[in-house]
Amino acid sequence: MIEEQRIVKVGMADLNIIQQSGLIRTTGLGSCVGLTLYDPVVKVAGLAHVMLPASTIAREGSLNIAKYADTAVPALLQQLLAAGAEQRRIVAKMAGGSQMFTFAGTGDSLRIGPRNVESCKDKLSELGIPLLAEDTGGNYGRTIELDCETGILFIRSVQKGVKEL
Amino acid sequence: MDLFKGFADIKIDVLKEVGNIGAGNAATALSRLLDKPIDMAVPKVQMLPFEAVADTVGGAESVVLAVFLRVEGDAPGNLFFVLSPEAAKKLVRRLAGIHVESEEEFSEMEWSALSEIGNILAGSYLSSLADFTSLAMLPTVPALAMDMAGAILGYGLLQSGEMGDSALLIDTTFIEDQQEVEGQFFLIPDPESFDKIFTALGVPMND
Repeated sequence: MIEEQRIVKVGMADLNIIQQSGLIRTTGLGSCVGLTLYDPVVKVAGLAHVMLPASTIAREGSLNIAKYADTAVPALLQQLLAAGAEQRRIVAKMAGGSQMFTFAGTGDSLRIGPRNVESCKDKLSELGIPLLAEDTGGNYGRTIELDCETGILFIRSVQKGVKEL
Repeated sequence: MDLFKGFADIKIDVLKEVGNIGAGNAATALSRLLDKPIDMAVPKVQMLPFEAVADTVGGAESVVLAVFLRVEGDAPGNLFFVLSPEAAKKLVRRLAGIHVESEEEFSEMEWSALSEIGNILAGSYLSSLADFTSLAMLPTVPALAMDMAGAILGYGLLQSGEMGDSALLIDTTFIEDQQEVEGQFFLIPDPESFDKIFTALGVPMND
């Protein structure tokens, strides 16, 4: 009997980390982006389920930093550092940012997926974190899982099955 | 969302009526197409955290087929008509008389029939709502997709996301023969649309 792996679930507009072993997962990414950070030496993995590109559009009273790319990436980095990760070793992978529906027009909110991806990339390069791999765009949903032991990102979609990054 | 904290019962009732009128007309349209009675469950008006939204159709990873259209005009929002792939197959088989070749995949013909059915239903939902409220509610061209419920419905939460971490759903289920779920309508008004809907329907704004 294989021991059941610990799984940390991250909801929409949420972020979390996992240490040592286990999986960190988020389900049903459409235009949202699942951004992962990982330190392979101390084995700390973080995942943010980003919904919108920039917190400047927020009209809410108390800002949920996990929801916006520009605030979620630094916040997730801080959590990794607090758990013993070192910034120079941290690497990123991400998936999602698709365009679920195809319309004739191309309004701004319709391009939200690609904009989420761009905003995450901007923030990563600003923080000097290398993006090792990505599976973004397209017109389909994804469920992703990062293995804390190996740093492998598993991506599952309805049409394309499972893919490893 | 602070906006909804003080929602009085009368406001919830008004939003239920919105669901009733919209989905009621869509149900009539569908039963005419099918030449069969289609019933409707009492609309549910719920303020749901984003996480829980996909649970209303079986969870973030369950595969659904959805017609989506963006509502523009006086009271913008997002409208979905969601079906299980099985219900969608049944619908094209009965309605368009298309011979279903595969239970898993949808042919181009089936896809275009579904998109037309979605058009008709979503259009009748919205036009009856516009008549009822005397608000301009203009549909964008509907789009059809089949994928994980979380990925699809997430698309309708973006506007609510700018205001908070939950969304108000007006959820109406179609039922046939007392039990079989034929589809579900979701209207997710943008946060700023609520005041316009309430004002249009004469709900006092001071509570």
